[in-house]
Amino acid sequence: MSEEPRFTLDGRTVPFQDGQTIMAAALAAGIYIPHLCFNPEFTPHGSCRVCLVKVNGRMQASCTTPAAAGQVVQSEIDEVREIRRGLLQMLFVEGNHVCPACEKSGACQLQAVAYYVGMLAPHYTHFYPRRPVDASHPDALIDFNRCILCELCVRASREVDGKNVFAVQGRGIKAHLVVNTPSGKLGATDFSLSDKAAQVCPTGTILSKHSGYEIPIGQRLYDRKPINVVGDVAALAVSKGGRRHD
Amino acid sequence: MIESKLKVATCSLCGCFGCHMSLLDLDERLFDLAEKVEFDRSPLTDLKELGECDIGIIEGGIANVENVHTLLEFRARCKILIAMGACAISGGIPAMRNHYELKDCLEESYTRGIGLVDAQIPNDPEIPLLLDQVHPIHEVVKIDYFLPGCPPSADTIWTFVTQLLAGQPIALPYTQIHYD
Ligand code: SF4
Ligand code: SF4
Repeated sequence: MSEEPRFTLDGRTVPFQDGQTIMAAALAAGIYIPHLCFNPEFTPHGSCRVCLVKVNGRMQASCTTPAAAGQVVQSEIDEVREIRRGLLQMLFVEGNHVCPACEKSGACQLQAVAYYVGMLAPHYTHFYPRRPVDASHPDALIDFNRCILCELCVRASREVDGKNVFAVQGRGIKAHLVVNTPSGKLGATDFSLSDKAAQVCPTGTILSKHSGYEIPIGQRLYDRKPINVVGDVAALAVSKGGRRHD
Repeated sequence: MIESKLKVATCSLCGCFGCHMSLLDLDERLFDLAEKVEFDRSPLTDLKELGECDIGIIEGGIANVENVHTLLEFRARCKILIAMGACAISGGIPAMRNHYELKDCLEESYTRGIGLVDAQIPNDPEIPLLLDQVHPIHEVVKIDYFLPGCPPSADTIWTFVTQLLAGQPIALPYTQIHYD
């Protein structure tokens, strides 16, 4: 019987199966690598770069890099942490993240990853873009100011819900999330809160109406323990403070 | 040898004074603090003039010309400058006005507000001119330390201040780092 192939991640031996990415193998081994656009239920996107690791001395996105026998992978080292922090800081200044006024605060993956990488301030010059809020849907609200273009809602709506409600339009700094209707309004779609697309947003962009601030400060998902211990908000059941439908 | 106390100045620029309230929440720990530091200009002392200080703590972002002058003065007179709270760090709630033209904000409050009589936009020369946008303070001066929170809790402030005064690297525990 041939032995299962392995690589090392910060000195720990991680077994993997052929075709698995570094991220998938780490996840299976219970090792956390911070990420935003990655969700194990979807095809990796490789766009946020937060999951970058050093593989045999080169920076690679762990969610798209195939695991290979004998790789030496480094994740929790200062050099990688600093790049991750820089990426988070850029995400924060690119949108409008007023956490004190955001219903998602405390259970937001973006915020939790920023805490995890030790971001104390956004460092860069704020863009303060003027993006709209779409409240046209009877049950859901989209605050585009908080969108980080991870395309998880796009993927969920297309691949799981079969509705294709969301898309990203424009390129580079002009890239932005749109709703696939002539009016661009969510209210004109058949989007529903029971859609997978309503459960995957790692930020406070897609929110449900008619409820809010139900869990007191101090008891929210990431108030007591960090995301590497708690897990992703999209992976946890609503009853546990997450977004996944029970 | 009598150790001279470190001089600390604080001020609130475009903030809500919540961070200063949190500072007061140190409660009896303020006595311990008073053993080690002497407050210079601060809402706590009501001194209006800023002397040469070791530490300056700024609450709030910059929203008007006076805020900018005060900030520059703090930077010039304080050896260590600290941004305390969400508004100083990212503009915070007041920066939500950056979504609108300043003119529209003023008209909304002063000419279209409910129940106004003889409505007009205040223009007394004593009122500092507003900036077109609210900005965090690190976009204007160099900041040495950032203390996030809206407001940072008294425990966060205490951890920070004790580590700083002891000359230790700042290491806040997980539960004391919040952006809200
Ligand atoms: S989406 Fe997250 S990071 Fe952005 S304002 Fe809301 S809580 Fe803060
Ligand atoms: S709305 Fe949320 S899920 Fe969709 S792209 Fe933006 S951040 Fe990602």
